[in-house]
Amino acid sequence: MMDHFQFPEIKKAPSRFRNALGKYRVTITRACTNCGLCVELCPYGVYQAGSKRPKASCDHLCIGPSCSKNDFYCVDRCPEKAIHIRSNPTFEVLGDRRWPAELLAGTWHMAETGAIPHQDLNYKTGNSGGGFDKIRFVFPGKNGTGKTGTNDDISTAIELNRSGDSRPRITIPVPLYLGGMSFGSVSIVTMLSRVRAAVALNTFCCTGEGGYPEELMDYDDHIITQVATGLFGVREETIKRVRIVEFKYAQGAKPGLGGHLLGDKVTPRVAQMREAVAGSALFSPFPFHSVYSVEDHKKHVDWIKETNRKALVSVKVSTPTDVDMVVVGSYYAGAHIVQLDGSYGGTGAAPDIAKKNIAMPIEYALPKVHKFLLEEGIRDKITIIASGGIRSAYDMAKIIAMGADGVCLGTADLVALECIRCHHCESGRGCARGIATTDEELTGLMELEWGTQRIINMYSTWRAQLVNILKRLGMGSVTELVGRFDVLAHMDYIKEEEIEGELD
Amino acid sequence: MPPKYHIATSQSPNRFQKITRSGIIAWEEGCLKCARCVKKDCVYQVYEKRNLDNRQMLDSLDSVCMDCFRCVQNCPNRLIHKGLNPSYKVLGDHYWTPEIISNLWFQAESGRIPVSGAGYGGPFSGPGFDAMWTDMSEIVRPTRDGIHGREYISTTVDIGRKVVALELGPDGDITSSAPPLVEIPLPVIFDMLPWSPPGDNIPLSFLYGARALGTFAIVRQSGLNPVIREFLPHAIIYVDGNPDDLGAQLLGSVRIIEIPNGEDAITLQNRFKSINPELIVIIRLRLGSKTPEQALALTAQGAEALHCVADEYGLEEGSDPLFIKERMKEVHLHLVDKGVRDQITLIGGGGVAMAEHMAKLIICGADALTIDIPLLVAMECRVCRRCKEGITCPVELDSVDPLWGSVRITNLMAGWHSQLLEILGAMGIREVRRLRGEMGRAMFFEDLERETFSAMGKRG
Ligand code: SF4
Ligand code: SF4
Repeated sequence: MMDHFQFPEIKKAPSRFRNALGKYRVTITRACTNCGLCVELCPYGVYQAGSKRPKASCDHLCIGPSCSKNDFYCVDRCPEKAIHIRSNPTFEVLGDRRWPAELLAGTWHMAETGAIPHQDLNYKTGNSGGGFDKIRFVFPGKNGTGKTGTNDDISTAIELNRSGDSRPRITIPVPLYLGGMSFGSVSIVTMLSRVRAAVALNTFCCTGEGGYPEELMDYDDHIITQVATGLFGVREETIKRVRIVEFKYAQGAKPGLGGHLLGDKVTPRVAQMREAVAGSALFSPFPFHSVYSVEDHKKHVDWIKETNRKALVSVKVSTPTDVDMVVVGSYYAGAHIVQLDGSYGGTGAAPDIAKKNIAMPIEYALPKVHKFLLEEGIRDKITIIASGGIRSAYDMAKIIAMGADGVCLGTADLVALECIRCHHCESGRGCARGIATTDEELTGLMELEWGTQRIINMYSTWRAQLVNILKRLGMGSVTELVGRFDVLAHMDYIKEEEIEGELD
Repeated sequence: MPPKYHIATSQSPNRFQKITRSGIIAWEEGCLKCARCVKKDCVYQVYEKRNLDNRQMLDSLDSVCMDCFRCVQNCPNRLIHKGLNPSYKVLGDHYWTPEIISNLWFQAESGRIPVSGAGYGGPFSGPGFDAMWTDMSEIVRPTRDGIHGREYISTTVDIGRKVVALELGPDGDITSSAPPLVEIPLPVIFDMLPWSPPGDNIPLSFLYGARALGTFAIVRQSGLNPVIREFLPHAIIYVDGNPDDLGAQLLGSVRIIEIPNGEDAITLQNRFKSINPELIVIIRLRLGSKTPEQALALTAQGAEALHCVADEYGLEEGSDPLFIKERMKEVHLHLVDKGVRDQITLIGGGGVAMAEHMAKLIICGADALTIDIPLLVAMECRVCRRCKEGITCPVELDSVDPLWGSVRITNLMAGWHSQLLEILGAMGIREVRRLRGEMGRAMFFEDLERETFSAMGKRG
C-alpha cells in the first residue's frame, strides 16, 4: 500500500523574515547604473529589480566565489564592477558545534525549496568532532555500484507493529515520525504545523505531555499522545482517540530529571489544558512513582491496551549504561515501539549539566541495544526508534545502519521553521522567532500553511537523500539497511588511504 | 533525617561590564536611522536597555543581546551584522574556556544553575572530564526527588581516618577508639590559588565563603595574620614554614591542618596530633605516577587524609602526564584492591572547573575535592593571568570587598550543589558518599568508542 503513497507536493516556502541568512553576502555599490544584467544572469534568483539599483534580496541562494567558473558570474560580468561577494560575517555567530551555521542554512534551504542545497553548504554533518560527525558511508566502488531502476522502486516504509499481536499493523512511508513537543513548550502554530506535516507524510506527530488541544482533533489518526508522570492533560478520552500512545519514562535532554515548564509559559490556555494554575511552574516528577519493576511497567502498558484496544504502545526511554536491559524490559512488558532518546537531543528547557553529561549519546546506545536484542532473538519483534541528536538525512541513515528501524525528530522541525539555535526557548517570551513560545504576539509571527510546508519540504528532501543512499548501497528498501555496520566507517578507525574515494 | 542543607543565595551584580559572546552589532554604511530594529523588532528591548542613541547607530559592543537575529533579518536595507565579541574569544585558554568562565560568572551572579533550551550544542566529547558521562536510572530504581526538595539527598562527606570495624573487649565493651572526623556539608574545600593578585581580600572572601557554607579554605601558614586568624575554625593551615612556629595555641584551635608530603610526613602528623588529638592532618601530594603506591604506603602508616593535587589543567607531574581523573581512578582502585580504601579520605584537586567535574572526580574515586580558580572567577576574574606576571588586574580583584566576594562564592557553590543533586537524583543515589568510586555506573569515552566503533571501517 505504502509503495503507492502519494508524497505531498513541494511548494516554495521562503524565509518569513525580510532577509534570509546565507553563507555569502552580495552587495552592490553606488557605481551600479541599474542596467539589470545581474538580474538576468543569475540562475539562482539572487537579484530582484529595484528602482535605483537591483536588490540582492535572496543572496542566501548565491553559490559564492565558486561561481567564477560560470559564464554567468555576475561579479565578472557587471560592467561597472559594482558587485561584491564575500562571506557573511554573521555566520560566525550563528549556530553551535552540533548545528553549525552551514547545517542550519542547508536545512533552511531544504525547508524553503524542497531540494538539496546547491550552495557549498555542509548539510550532512555538524562540527561536534565525534559520533555521527565522524562516521561516513562507504559506498561500493567510488560512486556506488548502485541499484538500477527508478527511485520509485526503493521503499522507505517501515512497520511500527512487529509484535505479531492482533493489533493493527501500521506502516509509515518514511522511517521517521515527529517527537513530543508539548502545547506550552511550543506555540499552537508550531504544534499544528508539525501535525499537519505528519499527516501529509502519512506519519505521526506526538503531542508531548501537555494535553490535547482541540485544534488537533481533526488529525487524530496521525497523533501519538503522550503519558508522562505529570499526566498533564491525559484523559481516557484522549487515549482512546489515537492509534499510538507513548509512555515517556525519560527524555534525552534531561535524563532522570522529569519535566519542568517555567511559570511564564503557563498561560491561562496552557493551564486549562493541563488542569493547572496559570503562572505557576509545572513539574513532571521523575520517575513514575508507581513503577519499580518491569511488572509495574507492564501494568501501565496493560492499562493503555485495555483503555484503547487498537492502540500501539510506545515507550520512550533515555540511554543509561543498562539501556539494553531497559529495552528488553519494555519488550516483555508488551511495548510495540521503543524510542531511545539519546542524551544530546531534546528541545525544552534543561539544565546544561544534564544536557551535556547525563546518559550516553544515541550513537553508543543504539548499537548496544540492537546487538543485545539480536542476541536475545527478539530484534524483529519490536520497532526501535532513535532520537536525540538526529540532525540530517545522513544522521538518520547512519543510525538506521547502526541498528534503528527509524527515527523521531524534533529539533530539525524547529530548524525548518527557522529556529536559529539561540537556546532561549526556556522562557516565555524567550523565542523571539515565535516557535517555542506561548506569547500571543510572537505566536502571530508564523503562518500555519507556511510552517506546514516548510516541514514537508524538509522531510521530503530527507527522504530523497535516503533513497539516494540506499540506491548507492544497492539496497531496495530501508529495512535492508538496519544494522548494516559494514556500510559505515568511523574516521578514527580507518586508514587515510581508505578514506579517499570511498567516503561521502 | 538531618536538617536539609540549604544554601541561601542572593543576586549579586557584577562590578565590571560582563564579556559576552554575542558581541558586536554593526550598522553598515547607508543606515537610514529608521530605527525599526531599535524600536520595533527587538523582543528583548536590548537597545533601550543599553541606552543606545537612535541617531548614532554605529558599532556597538553588546552585552544584552540574545542572538535572535531579528534585527539582522528585518533591517529594510540589510545593513546590520552580528559578530563574535573579540574579547570573548580570547577569554581564558584552551582549558579555562570562555564558555566555562561565563557559565561560572552566571552562577556567581545569580546563584542559579545554567538552564537553556534547544538541546545540547557542544562537542561530542573531549579530553579529560569531557570523556565521561554519568549514569541515570530509568524505571526500576528508588524514587528520588531531591532537586525539588521533596526528598532528601545528602551531600555531606567526612574528612579523616575511618574505622572499618569496631573491636570489642571480652565483656562486649568497645575497645577501639574512633579517630576524629570532620564533616563538611558539601564535598568541596577551597584551595590555595595557583596565582592571584596580592593582598588579604581574596583569601578573606574565601574564608567568609567557607564559613557561610560550612566548609574550609586552605590558607598558607606564611600568610597568617590577625585578620585571617579570626577564621581559624574554617581554615585549614597549610604548613609551608617551620612547623614549630605554629605554636600549641594555634594547633589547639584549628580543626584541620595540611602538610606537604615528605619523608617525615607521618612523624609530623603524629607530632601535631600529640598536641591536639582532635586535629585532622591532610597530607598534600603532587599527583603523579607514584601516587597509588605512595597512597598505599601512607595509609599503612596511619595517614588520615590525602590531598592529591594536579596542576591548574588537571594534569599530574611528569613528562607524559595523566589527567587527574585517570590517576584518581588508579589510586582509588589500588587502595580498594589492597582492602584499605575505606580507611582514609582521598581529596582530589586541580583542574576542577565546573559542577560536573566535581561529580565526575568523585565517581573516579575522590571523597571530596578542592577548587581554586573557579572561586576567583566567581569574583569576575577573567583568567588573563596578568596578576601572575605582576600586572594590574583588569577587574581590580585586589580591592574586592570580601563580603561581596563571599556572596559570589556562595552563589557559585549553591549552583554547584544543585547540580550535584541533579546528577545524584538522576542516578537514584541519595548521598554523595555512595557516588564515590561508582565507576561501573559511569560511561567512559574510550570504552564506549571501542565497544561501538572499533569494528567499524575495518573491511576486507
Ligand atoms: S528560542 Fe531560539 S533556540 Fe529556541 S526555538 Fe526559538 S529560535 Fe530556536
Ligand atoms: S582577571 Fe587576570 S589579573 Fe585579575 S585575578 Fe584574574 S587572572 Fe589575575
